[in-house]
Amino acid sequence: MCPDRQVMGGQSMRTLKWTQAIVAGWVFSVSAGPFAWAQGVVGAPHPWEMGMQHSYGPIKDRVIELHNLVLVIITVITLFVGGLLIWVMIRYNSKRNPVPSQTSHNTILEIAWTVIPVLILVVIAIPSFRLIYYQDRTPDPDMTIKVTGHQWYWEYSYPDQGNLDVESRYVHDEDLKPGQLRLLDVDNQLVIPVGKKVRILTNSTDVIHSFFIPAFGVQRYAIPGRTIETWLEADQVGTFYGECNQICGQDHSRMPISVRAVSESDFKAWVEEAKKAASMSHLSKIASR
Amino acid sequence: MDSATDAHTHDHGSDHDHKPGFVSRWLFSTNHKDIGSLYLIFAVIGGTVGGILSEIMRAQLQFPNNHIVTEGQEWNTIITSHGLLMIFFSVMPALIGGFGNWFIPLMIGAPDMAFPRLNNISFWLLPPAFVLICIGLVMGESGSGWTLYPPLSNATYEAGMGMDCTLFALHLAGISSLLGSMNFIVTIFNMRAPGMTLHKMPLFIWAELVTAFLLVLAVPVLAGAITMLICDRNFGTAFFDPTGGGDPVLFQHLFWFFGHPEVYIMILPGFGIISHVISTFSRKPIFGYLGMVYAMVGIGVVGFVVWAHHMYLSGIDVDTRAYFMGATLVIAVPTGIKIFSWIATMWGGSIEFKTPMLWAIGFLFVFTVGGVTGVVCANAGIDEAIHNTYYIVAHFHYVLSLGAVFSIFCGFYYWIGKMSGHQYPEFWGKVHFWLTFAGVNLVFFPQHFLGLSGMPRRYPDYPAAFAGWNFVSSIGAYISGIAFVVFLYVCFRTFTSKEHVADNYWGEGATTLEWTQTSPPAFHTFLEMPRIS
Repeated sequence: MCPDRQVMGGQSMRTLKWTQAIVAGWVFSVSAGPFAWAQGVVGAPHPWEMGMQHSYGPIKDRVIELHNLVLVIITVITLFVGGLLIWVMIRYNSKRNPVPSQTSHNTILEIAWTVIPVLILVVIAIPSFRLIYYQDRTPDPDMTIKVTGHQWYWEYSYPDQGNLDVESRYVHDEDLKPGQLRLLDVDNQLVIPVGKKVRILTNSTDVIHSFFIPAFGVQRYAIPGRTIETWLEADQVGTFYGECNQICGQDHSRMPISVRAVSESDFKAWVEEAKKAASMSHLSKIASR
Repeated sequence: MDSATDAHTHDHGSDHDHKPGFVSRWLFSTNHKDIGSLYLIFAVIGGTVGGILSEIMRAQLQFPNNHIVTEGQEWNTIITSHGLLMIFFSVMPALIGGFGNWFIPLMIGAPDMAFPRLNNISFWLLPPAFVLICIGLVMGESGSGWTLYPPLSNATYEAGMGMDCTLFALHLAGISSLLGSMNFIVTIFNMRAPGMTLHKMPLFIWAELVTAFLLVLAVPVLAGAITMLICDRNFGTAFFDPTGGGDPVLFQHLFWFFGHPEVYIMILPGFGIISHVISTFSRKPIFGYLGMVYAMVGIGVVGFVVWAHHMYLSGIDVDTRAYFMGATLVIAVPTGIKIFSWIATMWGGSIEFKTPMLWAIGFLFVFTVGGVTGVVCANAGIDEAIHNTYYIVAHFHYVLSLGAVFSIFCGFYYWIGKMSGHQYPEFWGKVHFWLTFAGVNLVFFPQHFLGLSGMPRRYPDYPAAFAGWNFVSSIGAYISGIAFVVFLYVCFRTFTSKEHVADNYWGEGATTLEWTQTSPPAFHTFLEMPRIS
């Protein structure tokens, strides 16, 4: 274990630093509640989180509902199997049971442990089928956003807003402002109106990426040469974080996704502003030629 | 058959144990036991290199913003090599080439494998493949993940020769597996002792037989896929390049048509070993033998029609997803039959907790955990929130890194006395088990939490919120690393031991044919065919 010991030795300072960071992160996430409330909710992972990220959309609500059902079932099964194992180890060890039985068949038992799992699976499958058809695509989207993956940034196009185009890159460590989350915050967010069904079309210009926002329970690969459709809806005003989730090369871990859900009027204002900014930068590009 | 005539012509015992010189014995070996030993040694080497890579990975992930592995590309190459080494150069050589070669002939009463020279080339294709993988690793040019998805693995994004080396390594390892599995199938079908009908074959033989069929059907598809990829990279074809009319998703279909059976290829032989160990140490015949056999056959068959559950997010149609989801859930049924049959075998038994039995019981627990999380992942709806996250990493390590590896250690402790003639030190075997059990659970259980919370896999660096459980996971990795050192010590103690063991050192519970032979068995065994009543 020599390499690891060297690692540990060289990094005792960092250990301390990150232990502090973990504690501070927890304190911050509790105390910053009221502050965050003013700008809406924050859909991000939490330190020592043990379950799914909080849901901020109708799809994730249903994902969590199904996951809770399945989680209960698998926990009961695991405890049942674990309990049986402990029981046979106690009851049938060679000290308590020196003479083994030679039973090797029991038709009723064998039928039972085939049929009961089938029934359990049916209980899981019915809501599960319903969920995948619900989350597949929406029949009546309010707007469309085209998401394009690049090595290593995201590009968001708004065909319904005059082909507005936004490029979104992660914030480098040295540029992080206080309160910004490392490897989650970006320079230009994906802005969507709250409570609207947004159709997402993913695509890529180079390798495969994956557009993944845990708070909405939405994920699709972005594959070159292919357009994949899905949808999402934010049910609260706020900021929601995700990450690229398919290995895409050198900076795979440095192309996060940050979504800002705003009210309808704020969204319109943002579109106007973004359009102006885009034409300004376009003009300045022409001017600089 | 030859063996019968041999037994009559050479009836002086000394001839049976006449071993050739070192070079012809080990380099040109045609003896199934020697080839099995070579495979096992090779698996330990492959596992050691793969294990060192995992310790480096866990050290890097111990804290966010860590700088042990500085470059993303370097990191990607490490995870690629870790996956490929563990699968093709550790688990498969141990369970199939190692224990399969050693114990298929011994358990069916055959003098050797059907094609001894084919057996030799099967093994000797692996070391060059291993060297090629290591070239890819050292050059830092095969950072596509073990799934090798183009376009990332094509010449534009992985330009170097390292990626080609990795692909050719898979070709060689694939040919090795194909030749080996053909040998297994022919041996099992043709060389069983008189009276050993298919329904009387030991479960380990059944497991290896199903595994061999899976290999024969799955590996050529991988070979086709990587051949097309090599052509895309080097000869200007565009099978997987959309700009030339190709399709990256086609590669995913071909890869997973191989890749999903591959996970059963890695676990089925383990099922066989676990069955024998549980039966031996419970001193009871296996419960529901036929159910166990057909559960394995069923897993093998259904395992071929579920591949696209790895591709729920690749834009396949929702009806297709629905089918693959249903088919995937079905696999839980035969797997459940096996788990319950093993427990029923222990029920009413007279259980002795020797080291192999500890590994077997440990296997039942970790495999159940990995199995039930598989049911979670099977749901395409839930998969959307956990696909490619650490939940998946935890799931497949519970079934493979814990399940398959526990079965390897189980087989090692069960048979090492038979293979070497020396018994392992019981105390250190148990230390090895408990350290590993604690370590690996500490590594992988918290990864479920990370995954549910949304941490993507194949990340060298992550947001601070994931720091807590990653730290715990890394501590577990160091404990597992120490456990592996204990394993090496166990090997050292075993091979330097002066004590010799009896033919059947496990007593009445061990009923298969290998226990009728001496420990270690003579160089050539079953010169007289045993008869099964």
